[in-house]
Amino acid sequence: MNTTYLPSDYLPIFIQLVLALGFIVGSMIVSHNIGPKRHSEKKDDPFECGIPVKGDARTPISIKYFLIAILFVLFDVEVIFLYPWAVNFKGLGMEGFIEMILFMGLLLAGFYYILRKGVLKWE
Amino acid sequence: MNLTELIIKSIIILVIFGVTLVIAMYSTWAERKVAGFMQDRLGPNRAGPFGLLQPLADAGKMFFKEDFIPSQANKWLFIIGPCLAILTALMSSAVIPFGDSIRYEGLTIPVQGVEINIGILYVFGVVSLGVYGIMVGGWASNNKFSLLGAIRAASQNISYEIAMGLAIIAILMMTGSLSLRSIVAGQESFLTWNVFTQPLGFIIFLTCAFAECNRTPFDLPECETELVGGYHTEYSSMKLGFYLFAEYINMFVSSAVISTLYFGGYHYPFMNTVHNALTGSLGEVTGHNLATLIGMLVLFAKIFFFIFFFMWVRWTLPRFRYDQLMNLGWKSLIPLSILNVVVTGFGLLYDIEYASWLIVIVMVVLAVMSSARAPKRVVQPQRS
Repeated sequence: MNTTYLPSDYLPIFIQLVLALGFIVGSMIVSHNIGPKRHSEKKDDPFECGIPVKGDARTPISIKYFLIAILFVLFDVEVIFLYPWAVNFKGLGMEGFIEMILFMGLLLAGFYYILRKGVLKWE
Repeated sequence: MNLTELIIKSIIILVIFGVTLVIAMYSTWAERKVAGFMQDRLGPNRAGPFGLLQPLADAGKMFFKEDFIPSQANKWLFIIGPCLAILTALMSSAVIPFGDSIRYEGLTIPVQGVEINIGILYVFGVVSLGVYGIMVGGWASNNKFSLLGAIRAASQNISYEIAMGLAIIAILMMTGSLSLRSIVAGQESFLTWNVFTQPLGFIIFLTCAFAECNRTPFDLPECETELVGGYHTEYSSMKLGFYLFAEYINMFVSSAVISTLYFGGYHYPFMNTVHNALTGSLGEVTGHNLATLIGMLVLFAKIFFFIFFFMWVRWTLPRFRYDQLMNLGWKSLIPLSILNVVVTGFGLLYDIEYASWLIVIVMVVLAVMSSARAPKRVVQPQRS
């Protein structure tokens, strides 16, 4: 396995991107053009099981989802810190392991805090 | 990278791309056949022998349907949503090693879109972009059901991504590399497959893969009893087709990643014996290429098993409630995977390879004890 990478080594990813984009744009254009087009006032409304539509979907939603998103950002950053450590785990030995246990202890303390705060409580 | 190599690479990518699309197409057929088998029905059997032309018929129908955009929707975002979903699904297969290597005119080319040393991070990065496709599409529809479905999908995907990332860390500690090819190379003999050294990690990863693909029992984003059709309620024609297609491609890719990470990829027992016999009898080049081909077939057999497993679970487990889903993700899987990392670390430092079986044994004992202690449910005779 080589350790240094030139930009040209990533060329296959670019080829795949072009292929995927070609497929997507092509079938989008085709399906836009060959289907029938009929409009009516009722049909253009959002589908809500046949009941007349009240307002639109630009309404506030439960704060819980937002909190989950914020927690995800926090925890995912912690997980990203673990990746380089995990790759070099064998080289770091016992010392690195103890340090990471301390880090994860802090992480779990924060986790326990949000659990007791009731952030993850769904009614 | 010279021109011959680049051309062979391009052919490999083209083939992988085509195979991905064909497998995704036939997964829809297989899903209905499996569903038919599980429910004692026949499944599709009209179009062609065994209904094999059904996916083509479906695709044709999708193309000829009206491409409908609701008047209140954000038009461009409405179009971009499904395109983004399928683009990320199609891009994620680039780094998966589908086979050992091909020898051609003195070149040795790995059967893989691109071999990069951050392989698994690439998969994670691209897969986590997929949530934008769902979120953008659901929001742009300007329909309350779509919005709810999209938000559910987003929060479910991001919750399970953490546990997924933590489950992989245990593997990275054992392999010491992020490259998928080195992870496969580390599982050469049968008993060193990561599923045997990391049983708990495997279970966590599998559960998270189900949640990331929005498959039953985690299909709350498109739960039809509550949300009509979930985030794709307003979609029709090929845009709906893209959402469904993206789901099946994701299923294929996650099956491939599971086989690569935990089931030895293209390795199989007695592989070296077979390789030596083939190179001995057919020559260094042909024999090697044939051995690579056998490895690829083995990998695809593993992938097909996991795709079948996805379908099998769909007809076995009922859907979770939303709070159960979140509790499973946050309160069970994340602490368990952190515990798994710590135990694996101890095991590596003291040379105990199968250390994480300890957690599995403790968990099984606890489960047996709690079910033995649980009060027996008395069956009440029903009054007629």
